[in-house]
Amino acid sequence: MSEHLLDIRVERKTFASTTVLQNIHLQLQPRETVSLLGPSGCGKSTLLRIVAGLEKDFQGELDSRAGEVAFVFQEPRLMPWLTVEQNIGFSADNHYDKAWVAQLIDEVGLTGFADALPKALSGGMAQRVAIARGLYSRPDVLLLDEPFSAVDAFTRMKLQDLLLELAERHAIALLLVTHDVDEALYLSDRVLVMDNRPSRIRQELAVQLAHPRDRRDPLLAQLKALSLTELQRAHVI
Amino acid sequence: MTSKSKPLPLELPSPRSATLSLSNAWRLRLKGLALPVLIILVLECIVRIGWLPSYQMPAPSEIALTLADLAEGALWKHISASLLRVLLGFAIGAGLALVFAAWVGLSREAEAWLEPTFAGLRSIPSLAWVPLLLLWLGIDETSKIVLIAIGAFFPVYLNGVAAIRDIDRKLVEVGQMYGFSRTRLVRRILLPAALPGLFTGLRSGMSLAWMFLVAAELIAATKGLGYLLSDGRETSRPDIVLAAIIVLALLGKLSDGILAGLEKRFLAWRDTFNGQSAED
Ligand SMILES: Nc1ncnc2c1ncn2[C@@H]1O[C@H](COP(=O)(O)OP(=O)(O)OP(=O)(O)O)[C@@H](O)[C@H]1O
Ligand SMILES: [Mg+2]
Repeated sequence: MSEHLLDIRVERKTFASTTVLQNIHLQLQPRETVSLLGPSGCGKSTLLRIVAGLEKDFQGELDSRAGEVAFVFQEPRLMPWLTVEQNIGFSADNHYDKAWVAQLIDEVGLTGFADALPKALSGGMAQRVAIARGLYSRPDVLLLDEPFSAVDAFTRMKLQDLLLELAERHAIALLLVTHDVDEALYLSDRVLVMDNRPSRIRQELAVQLAHPRDRRDPLLAQLKALSLTELQRAHVI
Repeated sequence: MTSKSKPLPLELPSPRSATLSLSNAWRLRLKGLALPVLIILVLECIVRIGWLPSYQMPAPSEIALTLADLAEGALWKHISASLLRVLLGFAIGAGLALVFAAWVGLSREAEAWLEPTFAGLRSIPSLAWVPLLLLWLGIDETSKIVLIAIGAFFPVYLNGVAAIRDIDRKLVEVGQMYGFSRTRLVRRILLPAALPGLFTGLRSGMSLAWMFLVAAELIAATKGLGYLLSDGRETSRPDIVLAAIIVLALLGKLSDGILAGLEKRFLAWRDTFNGQSAED
C-alpha cells in the first residue's frame, strides 16, 4: 500500500438504538478523489462528519496524516454579517492573508465581489465562496457533502470543473458525498457505493480515466450502467 | 488588491434612483404625519366650538402654550431627573440581563441552576415590587432606579436567551470545524448571530424602563415627568398632564430611535422582508 492520508475504520456508529454505519474501512491517498454514493439516510453525511472530527462518538478509529482538513457543507453556511472576503478568511479571524484571499476570490470567479455581503449572492456564488473558504487553510483533504446539490445543472458542471482544477493546482485530496452518479464518475478516481442501513461499502468502482475528462466518454457511460445496477441492488432506486 | 478596489454595482445606486428614493422617503414620512395632524386639527375645532369643555380637554394650541411656558421654567429639571433615572435603571437592568442571558444561554448547567428562579421572579407582576421597594429602600432615588432596572431586566434577559438558543447550529459547526475555542466561538459566531435578538430585547427593555419610570414617579417623587403628571392631576390642569405625556412620548421615541439607529447600523447585513411598497 502506498502512503495514505486518511485511514478510517468505523466498526459501528449508532444513533440511539439504530446502527447507522457498520464495518466501514476507507482510505484516502494524497491527491486522490473519492466519491460516496448511496441511499438517502444511509449515513454518508455521518461518515464525513466522523472524518472531519465533528462526530466523536463512534466505535472505530481515525488515522489521519493530513495536516489541514477542510469541510464544504451541503449549504454554503456563510456568516451573513461578514463580507465575502471576511468569510473566506474566517478561520484566521481578522488578520487573514489578504493576498491569498484575493487570489482565491479570483480563482473561484468572484472577482469584484470581495466586499459583497452574502445576501447579495446567488446560491451558486455563495457555494463558490464556501469552496474558497475551504481552500483558505491550504488543506490536504477537502471533505464535501453534496456541495452542488442546490445549484442548477450548468452551474454544477462549471463548479465541478472548478473543483477539479483547484484540487489539481493545490494538490488536495477530495472526499465527496453526492447523489449524482454522473458527478461521482466524472470527478472521482474511485466511487464507493454504500448499502442501506446499517451501511457498509457495497462496492468500489475504479474510474481509470485521465483528467481532464470528457463527460461523453463511453467508459463513463459504461461505469454509470454498472453503478446504477449496483444501486438498484442496494434498493436505492 | 484589484478585487477590493472594484465597487459593486449593487452598492452604487445611480443619482437618479438616489433622489427618487429620497423623495420616496419623504412621501412615506408625510403619510405618517397625516393622521396626527388631522386629529390635532379636529380636536382644536371641537374644543373651540365648545363641544368639549376646556377644563377637561384643553385645545392643542393651549397645550402648546403650556409646554412653552414650562420650557421656560421647571420642565428641564423634570426632564433631566427622569432621563437620569431611566438611563441609570436601564443600564443596570439591561447590563445584568445581558450577563445572565449570556450565562444561561451558553451553559445548560447555568440554565438548570438559574432558569427556574428567573421564571418564578418573572411571574411576579413587576409593579407588585413597588410597596416592598418603598419599605426597603425608602422613597428616594434608589427605589425608583431599582424598579426601573427590574422592568428593563426581563425583556432583555428573555430575548437574549432566546437569541442565543435560536442560533443556527450549522453556523456554529463551521467554527467547531476550525477548532475554535469557546471564547472565539462566542466572539466570532455566537455574539454576531445573537445580535438581532439582543437588539429586540434592548428596545423592549427601554420601553419598559420608561413605563416603570412613570409608575415610580407617580407614586412618590418631587420632580420628574411622572411627578408633573400627578401634579397636573392634583391641580386640575389637564394641559400640564397632556404636556407631560407629550414630552414622555418624545423622549421615548428619541431613545428608541437611537437604539433603532444602532440596530440599523450593526445589522445592515440582515436579509429581511421590509414590507411591500405601494408601487408593487
Ligand atoms: N443527530 C442525529 N440524531 C439522531 N439520528 C441521526 C442524527 N444524524 C443522523 N441521524 C440518522 O442517521 C442516519 C444517517 O444520517 P446521514 O445524515 O448520515 O444520512 P445521509 O446518508 O447523509 O443521507 P442524505 O443522503 O439524505 O443526506 C439517518 O437515518 C438519520 O436519521
Ligand atoms: Mg447527507
